[in-house]
Amino acid sequence: MAEVHEFHATRVPLPRPGNLDGVARVIVDVLPKAEILDPQGQAVARAMGRLGVSGVADVRQGKHFELEVDDSVDDAELERIAGSLLANPVIEEWVVRRVP
Amino acid sequence: MSRIGVITFPGTLDDVDAARAVRYAGAEPVALWHDDADLQGVDAVVVPGGFSYGDYLRAGAIAARSPVMGPVVEAGRAGMPVLGICNGFQILCEAGLLPGALVRNHGLRFVCREVGLRVEADTAWTSSFTVGQEIRVPLKSGEGRYVADAATLDALEAEGRVVFRYTEPAPNGALRDIAGISSADGRVVGLMPHPEHAIDALTGPGTDGLGLFTSVLRRLTAAA
Repeated sequence: MAEVHEFHATRVPLPRPGNLDGVARVIVDVLPKAEILDPQGQAVARAMGRLGVSGVADVRQGKHFELEVDDSVDDAELERIAGSLLANPVIEEWVVRRVP
Repeated sequence: MSRIGVITFPGTLDDVDAARAVRYAGAEPVALWHDDADLQGVDAVVVPGGFSYGDYLRAGAIAARSPVMGPVVEAGRAGMPVLGICNGFQILCEAGLLPGALVRNHGLRFVCREVGLRVEADTAWTSSFTVGQEIRVPLKSGEGRYVADAATLDALEAEGRVVFRYTEPAPNGALRDIAGISSADGRVVGLMPHPEHAIDALTGPGTDGLGLFTSVLRRLTAAA
C-alpha cells in the first residue's frame, strides 16, 4: 500500500496566516435562508439537549469556504463566485469577507 | 428513428435504466458524456439520477456546470425536450433550466419506496397520459424536497407547470406536494421519482413510467 502512504505524505495544509505575496485569504460563509426549513440544524439543536446544554434556541447549519486568491480577483468577481457557485441564491444567503 | 441522449456524469447511477426505457419506448438511446460538450445531434436528452460528483457542494451543483450542460441548457431553452430525473431534476434546477431547488428531506430520511403521482399537465413528456391520471413509480432520494418562493410556486400553478404531484402528503416535505415541474413551454420537465424504474413488470412496480418516454417519442415523431 505504498501509494496510500505517499498520498498522505504529499498533503499540503492550507497556509493559515494570510497575505503571502499577492495572495489574500477570503472567507465565504453560506447559510440556508431563514425561511428555508433546516432539518440538519434542527437535529443538531436537539442533540445539544442530550448533552445537557440548555439555552440554545436555534441552530442553522451552513458551509464555510476559505479561498486563496491573488490580487487580480476583485470584490465583484468574488461576489460572482459566491452567488453563482458556492451558494444557490434560491435557498441560501452568503457573506464574503477578506481576512488579513 | 428518434435519437434520445442519456448523459453520464461521474456518480450517475441510472443511465443504464434510462437508456433501457428509451429503447423500450422505441427510440435509440445515445450515450452522452459529461466532459464532452457535444450532443451528437440527438432529438431529446434525459439527465438521469444518481449522485453526480458525489453530491459535492450541493446535489447537482457541479454537474450543472460541466461541459455537456452548456449545450443542454442552450437546446432546452430553444425547445428541445429535456427530462431530468431525481439527481437530473436537481441538475436542471441548478443549471437554471427549471425554477426552484431540491433540498434535504424534511425528516432527514432517505425515502426509498413506491409512490403515487397525479399527472397534472400535458407536456412533451406526459402526452401519453390524461391529465388527472394517477401513476405509480419508485421514489428514492434524500434531497427531494422541492422548494421555491411563494411567488414562483403561484406562477407554476397558474401557468399549469406543476406536472406531477404526490397523491399523498409529500414523503419528503416538498412544498405543495410537488413532485415534478416543467419549463414554460412544457418541453423541459424535472421530477424526483423514477419513471425509468417502472417500465417492466418484472423489475418494477408496473409499466406506468414508460409513458414519459412514449410521450416524447410521439412528440418527436409528430414534429419530424
